Amino acid sequence: MSFALGEVGLVHPNGHRALQGVSLAARDGERLAVIGPSGAGKTTLLRVLGAALRPGEGTVRLLGEAPWNLAAPALRKLRSRIGTVHQSPPIAPRLRVVTAVLSGRLGQWTAMRAMASLLRPSDLEGAHEALARLSLEDRLFDRCDRLSGGQLQRVGIARVLYQRPALMLADEPVSALDPTLADATLQQLVAQSESTGATLVASLHAVDLALRWFPRIVGMRGGQVVFDEPVGHVTEPMLAALYASEGGLPMQARGEPLPVVSSGPFATGAAIPVARPDCL
Amino acid sequence: MTTAPPLRRDALRDPLARRRVVWLLAALVIAWPMLQLSGFAPAALFSPGNLQVIGSFLAGFLPPETSPAFLAMLGKATLETLAMATAGTALAFAIGAPLAFVTTRALSVSRIGPGPGRVQAGVMRQAGRSVLMVLRAIPEIVWALVFVRALGLGPAAGVLALAITYGGMLGKVYAEVLESTDTRPARALMESGSGRLAALVYGLLPHCGQELISYTVYRWECAVRASVVMGFVGAGGLGQLMDQSMKMLNGGEASSILLVFLVLVLLADALSNALRRLLA
Repeated sequence: MSFALGEVGLVHPNGHRALQGVSLAARDGERLAVIGPSGAGKTTLLRVLGAALRPGEGTVRLLGEAPWNLAAPALRKLRSRIGTVHQSPPIAPRLRVVTAVLSGRLGQWTAMRAMASLLRPSDLEGAHEALARLSLEDRLFDRCDRLSGGQLQRVGIARVLYQRPALMLADEPVSALDPTLADATLQQLVAQSESTGATLVASLHAVDLALRWFPRIVGMRGGQVVFDEPVGHVTEPMLAALYASEGGLPMQARGEPLPVVSSGPFATGAAIPVARPDCL
Repeated sequence: MTTAPPLRRDALRDPLARRRVVWLLAALVIAWPMLQLSGFAPAALFSPGNLQVIGSFLAGFLPPETSPAFLAMLGKATLETLAMATAGTALAFAIGAPLAFVTTRALSVSRIGPGPGRVQAGVMRQAGRSVLMVLRAIPEIVWALVFVRALGLGPAAGVLALAITYGGMLGKVYAEVLESTDTRPARALMESGSGRLAALVYGLLPHCGQELISYTVYRWECAVRASVVMGFVGAGGLGQLMDQSMKMLNGGEASSILLVFLVLVLLADALSNALRRLLA
């Protein structure tokens, strides 16, 4: 079991209830997309899974541990095995790209190595390899404030790829990327999950991307899980109900038909017209 | 074209307006008695009798003293002052930086979640903050008086006095600068298991290093000036020289010393600019 949430509820300090009775579990190596209208609690859910927010209600188990019963050193160790791609990459602007990527492993490095790496990057090949997977290797020595929003977002992803966590969380990881890059980037996250056996949970705004890249779809609305189905069981009416208040489905590529069967609550999973560019 | 619905009268009322007026009035009500208490009466400066006194006092400063013997003394005193200010600021850094590291909320791991050890961490921070407060509460001149008694006349007393008071100031301001900068990068690093020191150098310093340097150099500049005042109580350097010149009513010597001060401040400014450019 990679993670298991039991009846998790969370109220933010300002009194806003972000999660209510959320139960969600995933096996090692599973890939989930979390979709839902904005304000549905997707980010909060990911922060709970990242041991960054402690829910007031319910139980949390991450990578076989109960994070909030751990002592500080064990919690730190657990956190170093969880990697998060943040929606707006929290990277200090004056940092060089290579340093920003290498900082993914700060949780595994000693303080001495961290200091030394600041003067002389300690794993140039590793950083180069992670960036190359996102076609950013030519920006290795650039400063992060010289990058565009989309490039910075990919640096944030490269950092997590370099971290090689056992649980990868991604909060709108491709929101600043054009459709082609978004596809290629999600492909890399999926490939990393497949090669390292890491569980991948991504919240995605674009429904078509979620359906194309993730075998399991979790629909959230108002802080609750509305549905949690294999991608073949997701139907248009389910999506329409999920986004009822938004007035239409948010999509990455307009004009293309959604890769779902248009009706029937239990359509067969065999005939999913899911077009995955890499055909894995 | 549809016409907009008529505006309700209170829709455009700024909810902060009243509070702002109240605070402005409160500030005036508080400031007025302060001026009265401090006996602030600028008109007295310009009464004919006073103008004459000030004029003849200033006239005594011209021309600056340039005899070789005095210049040699001046050079030695300048070096002494620079040494005192530099050594004092360096020691102050050694006191202030670790205390800032302990007290700043920007590097609190236990606040993530919130996690284990939150109470202990809070107590620790408060203790550090109290130490900083005590250090800077007593003016350096008082410390200088104490140390001159203990260590005898000379710059050593000044160095210790500066180290203690300025250590308190540096620690407080460092901690606050770290908190007022964008703390998300450091927090993201700690959320993925990085230690506090690594989060500081990878997450916070790239962003606010310039500001910290600039404040430190400014404090060095203040230390140069403070060393004058301490010189009056026997802590050596330009201040002691100034004290002798003033006692002997030698305005020319005093003005030479003041010119050296001007140069030192300009030097500090240039140093600060150069360092900031280096880090930009």
